[in-house]
Amino acid sequence: MTRQIGAAVKALLVLTVVCGIVYPAAILGVGLLVPERAAGQPVRVDGREVGSALLGQPPSGPEWFQGRPSASDAAGDTSGGSNYGPANPDLAAAVADREKALRAANPDAPQTIPADALTASASGLDPDISPEYARWQVARVAAARGLEQTRVLRLVDQHVRRAPLGILGQDRVDVLELNVALAALGRG
Amino acid sequence: MSTGLQTATAVLVVAAVLAAAHVPLGTWMHRVFTDDRDWRVERVVYRLVGVDARAEQRWSAYALSVLAFAVASVALLFGLIMVQGLLPWDLGRSMHWDTALNTAVSFTTNTNWQSYSGEAAAGHTVQMLGLTVQNFVSAATGLAVAVALVRGLSRAHTDRLGNFWVDLTRATVRVLLPLATVAAVLLLLGGVVQNLAAPHTIETLTGVQQTIQGGPVASQEAIKELGTNGGGFFNANSAHPFENPGPWTNLLEIVLLLVIPFSLPYTYGLMVGDRRQGAVATGVMGTLLVGTVTLSAWAESSAASGPLGAMEGKEQRFGVAWSVLFANATTGTSTGAVNSMHDSYSALGGGVPLLNMLLGEVSPGGVGTGLYGYLVMVVLAVFIAGLMVGRTPELLGKTIGRTEVTSAALVTLTMPALVLLSTGLAVVLPVSLDARLNDGPHGLSELMYAVASASNNNGSAFAGLSADQPFLNLLLAACMFVGRFVPIVLVLRLAGSLAAQGKRPVTAGTMPTHTPLFTTLVVGTVLIVAGLTFFPSLALGPIAEALS
Repeated sequence: MTRQIGAAVKALLVLTVVCGIVYPAAILGVGLLVPERAAGQPVRVDGREVGSALLGQPPSGPEWFQGRPSASDAAGDTSGGSNYGPANPDLAAAVADREKALRAANPDAPQTIPADALTASASGLDPDISPEYARWQVARVAAARGLEQTRVLRLVDQHVRRAPLGILGQDRVDVLELNVALAALGRG
Repeated sequence: MSTGLQTATAVLVVAAVLAAAHVPLGTWMHRVFTDDRDWRVERVVYRLVGVDARAEQRWSAYALSVLAFAVASVALLFGLIMVQGLLPWDLGRSMHWDTALNTAVSFTTNTNWQSYSGEAAAGHTVQMLGLTVQNFVSAATGLAVAVALVRGLSRAHTDRLGNFWVDLTRATVRVLLPLATVAAVLLLLGGVVQNLAAPHTIETLTGVQQTIQGGPVASQEAIKELGTNGGGFFNANSAHPFENPGPWTNLLEIVLLLVIPFSLPYTYGLMVGDRRQGAVATGVMGTLLVGTVTLSAWAESSAASGPLGAMEGKEQRFGVAWSVLFANATTGTSTGAVNSMHDSYSALGGGVPLLNMLLGEVSPGGVGTGLYGYLVMVVLAVFIAGLMVGRTPELLGKTIGRTEVTSAALVTLTMPALVLLSTGLAVVLPVSLDARLNDGPHGLSELMYAVASASNNNGSAFAGLSADQPFLNLLLAACMFVGRFVPIVLVLRLAGSLAAQGKRPVTAGTMPTHTPLFTTLVVGTVLIVAGLTFFPSLALGPIAEALS
């Protein structure tokens, strides 16, 4: 057994060099060829980093499109979902609160609230919302910015990302990219 | 498109990729484990380790090597985690000793249960030198044991099963490393991050602060799925956009989960000289997986027609269908990565991932573990069929005698005994009852899910459970270790006993093990064993919740 343990320790150390140093270092090397991707696709406005195209952001004022509810308020220091089971009263309470807040902030929005607006995502950092939820917010955003609704709606439609091949995943709108375009629209 | 139709499309897409991949990969693995020449890099490894690559081992020596490697792995990983504060890139992260021990056992046993959160407890050095390495070698260990069992079936009149150190090295160097490298590059191109950055804080466009995490994620993500490990770099695992940024990476990750488990049956067929045996294995595994996907797609699509669209705990870029498929692929392969939160699934939708684990991880099971778990079920099926028709049970010319049946039966009993005893213990002790997030039947599901996940070396979680406390850390660590290594020793004993036999000629009285009828018999055996063992406790958990 001592001989076996000795072999085991030596084998583990050798394989640690191969799998724990050489392999990740090689992938880090490939990452140098695609630095933006390796760094998580930072979004910059006027040279200042304002987020990642892959990460949902914390909620903010009525003049911005809002992302999905997050169990961690999208702070980014942790990640995860609410883990509430479907029959958990805390889930019903959270949904009721969200519905009330959404109705109060969006008096002119359609009656039916899209499901992704009422539910917390799995990661707490979901960057996307459904195209329906983006359109649902148009009236509020347009009013808060003094823009025509059709103009904002056109912007949303330009930012809809279709599911690849029509079958991989679902249609979605990246909220940060939409907001960056919205800010540019206001200035232009 | 309805959720059901979307899931069916998703299954077809993944099945098409696997159908294309399993022949070349299965053939390659056959060559790897039957090749009588070593690669130069492998000879360097053997020289450093001090093993004679040509010296084959008896089943007992093979088992001792597996155990020695596991013990060394737990000890070194535990040590590495405990001293991470002294190493570079620790980012000020640390674990309490019981969490560290749980983690060390978890990654060594290919479970990857995580009672820690990646963002809070594991620095980049531990992720690379510790966790990534175990992701490789624990999967390679599973492959080695599966190959040793198949050698037991294909050889005759020998007490030798191969050399563990050679199988371990070849599985790592020739199978896992090349595939993981290609996958990591593809994931990186798809947006998975790969850097050594510390978390930094930015101010968003709307004037709020947000922390952006970094890390060598792509390299770990690739082997995490390929080796059916499942330990997330981040707490949200493959739901985190930095681990799984879009629909293409999601497809790739599902394929990576399934590709080795579904290619090994082909390797098995080649090694025993009868490809039809491999086809039966694929048939059994595929039938079970399609069955469980169908069941959970049905449950989640009825939930999806409600006002919440079954979107609590799911990501917009994946949607319900691709979350359900991932959930089944990850629990069916004993991986445990998640791209959606199983705790928030509908009662039956979350019960099916649990069922996948309780089937004993053969739908299609983890890397290596799936094939040897399946072969144990085959031994039982052959034995039962032999009893029914009153003939000596035979498999591939080998008699299924006393040693074979007792080994197989003990393997089958280990996991249920662990799950039921530990769940029983957990529901009578206040210390574990207080860890539940949800009450009632769902709370029982949380505890049972955790114990089943540990005992089956799966690692997925009903994440509402606050499992990071000494009692649960140690209980689950014990489940993981026993659930992994008791079956491995018994499987090797079975292999040794099979290899020692001669090969009996096929006669008119031999029961064929390559027919659809036999496929049905094995599926039935799997379902009946799991059903008889777990129906009562499932009735108190997910079934009670679904009916209430």
